[in-house]
Amino acid sequence: MRYAMAVDTKKCVGCSDCVVACQTENDVPIGYCRDWVVEVVDGTYPQLEIEIRSERCNQCDNPPCVRCCPTGASHIVEGGVVMVKPNRCIGCGACIASCPYDARYPHPKGYVDKCTFCIHRVRQGMQPACVAVCPTKCMYFGDLDDPNSDVSKVLKKRKHKTLIPEAGTKPQLYFLI
Amino acid sequence: MNEELIISGRENLGVDPQLHIWHWPIPLYLFLGGLAAGVLFFAALYYLLGKEDEFRTAVRRVPFVAPIALVIGLAALFIDLRHKAFFWQLYTTIRLESPMSWGAWTLLVITTASFIWCALHIREFFPDWDWKFSWLKELEVFFNKHKKPLAWVILIFAVITGVYTGILLSAFNARPLWNTSVLGPLFLASGLSAGAATIVLSSKNSRERLLFTKIDLIILGVELFLIVHMFMGFLASTQVQIEAAGLFLGGPYTMVFWIFVVVLGIIIPAVLDLMELRGFHIPAVVPGILVLLGSLMFRFIFVFAGQVSRWLY
Repeated sequence: MRYAMAVDTKKCVGCSDCVVACQTENDVPIGYCRDWVVEVVDGTYPQLEIEIRSERCNQCDNPPCVRCCPTGASHIVEGGVVMVKPNRCIGCGACIASCPYDARYPHPKGYVDKCTFCIHRVRQGMQPACVAVCPTKCMYFGDLDDPNSDVSKVLKKRKHKTLIPEAGTKPQLYFLI
Repeated sequence: MNEELIISGRENLGVDPQLHIWHWPIPLYLFLGGLAAGVLFFAALYYLLGKEDEFRTAVRRVPFVAPIALVIGLAALFIDLRHKAFFWQLYTTIRLESPMSWGAWTLLVITTASFIWCALHIREFFPDWDWKFSWLKELEVFFNKHKKPLAWVILIFAVITGVYTGILLSAFNARPLWNTSVLGPLFLASGLSAGAATIVLSSKNSRERLLFTKIDLIILGVELFLIVHMFMGFLASTQVQIEAAGLFLGGPYTMVFWIFVVVLGIIIPAVLDLMELRGFHIPAVVPGILVLLGSLMFRFIFVFAGQVSRWLY
């Protein structure tokens, strides 16, 4: 089993509903976020191109954050999802420095927090909050090992990319281009 | 034009707008750890070479710097933790993949060993010292009998401590400036030169001062070579590392790095050491303090600049 997510950059309008849904679902403290929206503008007016991406932890196959964690608080659960055990985390910040995507942040309570692919919802057969709430239905989630999952089907059909694959992290957040 | 913006307003403290998760305690600790490693390395080395009486300051007196530096360093590390009540989780596991994990265990060994080493030499400073309890006296006898293995432990763990402070940073491939294997030897060299400088500063014996001035000069040369080597490596590498090097080659850290670390911390003390060896009388305090300050600045600049360097994104 390998959970992954795909975001359609052609459909995303950057409304930030995914960000708010995540903050509500996961009780993210005020002023912090586990996911965010990036807008890339290329060219000069009037020849402009735009790409909008809803980004979060890439749930890497080769996660540097898990590797550098001195206590084993950062660990991998089913489907390759990277999680943090708050009562093992000492808040040293090594994982935050190790992430090329800056996807982790120090929770005000002291431990490090991050996107979990809403594994608590996925375990109950639901979609992650950001995927479920997206008004343009631009996000796809599922198991890459299952050829019939939403994410497998869309990745087969569409051209896609990952972010900074050259960092050797084997990211599992895909962007349809 | 290519402009990339986070339009959902991400303001994660310590991460945005630019990573700054490690503040002053980390570089301070890296300096103190390196200094302790340098001081203990020379103490153990000259003890094992049988030069204990010849280089009394290096073997018996200067090591007292180590436990003090290590305790302050450990306190600094503790201050930097955000989930302080759980710090003991470091000692519930050994994770060989994580430099910080074996660093934590190394610190436990080297700090304990440095306290024992100083306890064995406490009469250097307090000739009438009495341990009061018989079990403490027995412990002293025990460690005096096994001083050689203790010195070996200190020698090996001093090298590990010196190298690991660099590897700790070089293991992060997310920060291109840190991601160079030169950093381990460079931090070790910087720690050793700080150790040698401390011995020169403290010793009243001219033979000892001369030897450690020579050692300091050689290590400063090695350091300079490693710095040049590091920049050559960066400039011959990928775009992200070229940009990381750019922080020091025209970027915001250029002045502070080349002036405080390279010129004041390496070149000037090296020239002064050389003049001392050629027969000029240079007050030992000048090159000594310059080396220590250069070593401290080097850690601060590297930890802060490394957090600025990132992947094109």
